[in-house]
Amino acid sequence: MSGQTLLDVRGLSIRFPQHDPVRGLSFCVNAGETLAIVGESGSGKSLTALALMRLLPRAARIAEGEVRFNGHDLLQLNEQSMRRLRGREIGMIFQEPMTSLNPVYSVGWQIAEVLRQHEGLSARSARLRAVELLDTVRIPDPQRRVDDFPHQLSGGMRQRVMIAMAIACSPRLLIADEPTTALDVTIQAQVLDLLDRLRKDLSMGLILITHDLGVVSQWADRVVVMYAGREVEQASPGPLFEHPLHPYTRGLLAASPRLQPGAHYQDGPLSEIRGSIASAIGQQGCAFAPRCPHTQAYCRIAVPPLMDAGPKRLSACPVTLPAAATQNANFS
Amino acid sequence: MSLLNVSDLQTHFKLPKGVLRAVDGVSFTVERGETVGLVGESGCGKSTLGRSLLRLETPTAGHITLDGQDILPLKGTQLRGLRKRMQMIFQDPFASLNPRHSIGSILETPLQVHGLGDRSQRRRQVEQLLDRVGLPRSALSRYPHEFSGGQRQRLGIARALMLQPDLVVCDEPVSALDLSIQAQILNLLVEMKREFGLSYLFISHDLSVVQYFADRVLVMYLGRIVESADRRSLWSTPRHPYTQALIDAVPDPSRHRQVTPLSGDLPSPQNLPSGCRFHPRCPRASELCLRQEPALTDLGGGHQVACHHPQTSVISFLH
Repeated sequence: MSGQTLLDVRGLSIRFPQHDPVRGLSFCVNAGETLAIVGESGSGKSLTALALMRLLPRAARIAEGEVRFNGHDLLQLNEQSMRRLRGREIGMIFQEPMTSLNPVYSVGWQIAEVLRQHEGLSARSARLRAVELLDTVRIPDPQRRVDDFPHQLSGGMRQRVMIAMAIACSPRLLIADEPTTALDVTIQAQVLDLLDRLRKDLSMGLILITHDLGVVSQWADRVVVMYAGREVEQASPGPLFEHPLHPYTRGLLAASPRLQPGAHYQDGPLSEIRGSIASAIGQQGCAFAPRCPHTQAYCRIAVPPLMDAGPKRLSACPVTLPAAATQNANFS
Repeated sequence: MSLLNVSDLQTHFKLPKGVLRAVDGVSFTVERGETVGLVGESGCGKSTLGRSLLRLETPTAGHITLDGQDILPLKGTQLRGLRKRMQMIFQDPFASLNPRHSIGSILETPLQVHGLGDRSQRRRQVEQLLDRVGLPRSALSRYPHEFSGGQRQRLGIARALMLQPDLVVCDEPVSALDLSIQAQILNLLVEMKREFGLSYLFISHDLSVVQYFADRVLVMYLGRIVESADRRSLWSTPRHPYTQALIDAVPDPSRHRQVTPLSGDLPSPQNLPSGCRFHPRCPRASELCLRQEPALTDLGGGHQVACHHPQTSVISFLH
């Protein structure tokens, strides 16, 4: 299913004047593969997406790291080449389709704009292609819908329009930042199903950024779990959900009623992760230590590195590392 | 006698372009000490229903009785007396606390409005409840922006409980919170229920949260209740195709990449489909469904469904 490496991120750090919201992040995405980046608000997952597109807010900069896409280091490209790449080679969709669409242009015009800009299509053929794209993302009656304005469409339809714009130039990589968070549950399933079908048909790499573990479990090939700007665990969904290693991942799974079918309040409370992510600020050593039930003295001294934790698994917790993997781990 | 009895409740809004039938003939009860979950997608009228119970919206027809007392005709001081017994916890802990008021004043206001206790008694009560929801006393002189989303939701809970109500309407109380915080708030709500003997109407779009938190579940679609059952039989033997679709939409690791999403969008409540409101999206729709709206009927064991062609339950044969 997965092809060659499409995107290779190594040691990415993002810096604001006051703090570093993302530190030392490494992952890769293969063609035709879905990589999920999962984390709570404040974990740095959305900033990571913006950094890949070089769309960080002005105050932020990429302090360290390499982002290799298809052999080129994106961080070395000049702005002009980067502009050519955005939308053509790498597409992106956002959480709130209403604020990402321009309210004063028809959706057809906005899709056509992408095609005129990147592919040099004439207005006429761009419009025809826009109708095709609306059909591809399963908008009923695309001939008529192409002239609709964003406010005339439902939330799910708007997100489909965003997807149509993002795939207009058949990008190799699609970054979807919380694409279904603002949508209703039955619409969520439709949109995720659509994204997955497009991934397969266009053999795109897909980066799915979400806070929803359920979505991850059902749609990802590989999962990166982030906490307070760092990657704490990486695995395929099967092993991750059956045997989570990092205490944060374990805590999240145990706290989610969705992942404990049949659980009921009368049988006992949900297990909680005590405290909040705010405790990670200024924390020496492991950022999760203040909330962790397994904290050892050394957790508060040095940041634990990601360690091999079995086949195609990484975890940044030396305490819960399986015994077999501990021998290979090298502590810094 | 049920604590809350709602019968044939309608809340319609007159709009320039017609009538929006947000709540359109809803009947249910909440027993003392019971948690009733109300689940549905946005626009189905679940929040309007919750707000109508507290008379924050004005119902256009029907009856609501609390402990046998009809509350729809109440006005002025009587209405205020009612609100002492019914309170609400809101979804957005940022928008529901006044940013210009200190926490102490936010929590004390309900007691002042209802003229309860003198100053020191009120202060003591506020402090007790603050302890109880797990916030430090130093919070009293601070302002909402100084708190995280989870802490603000604790404040929202404390405010709702200041008057020791009988029934609390929780409108999506955890959907705006991060997952690790959601469990903390759900657990706190359970503790409060035990301690104060509360009944809840728990409104959520997330069937899996409702499944954990409720004793009985109502499924709402476009202003109507389409299925009502105890949480176990709703989950194991859903009879309405819409309930089935909601269950199928809950992501499940064991169904990797296999979904059969419900097709179509929610129609606008201003322009309802003929017959059964669900028929344009329903895989089981027949010609009858286009013509005639199904009534909520009891299938036995308190399991009610409004469907001409309810799913038969395989599991019930096994019992």
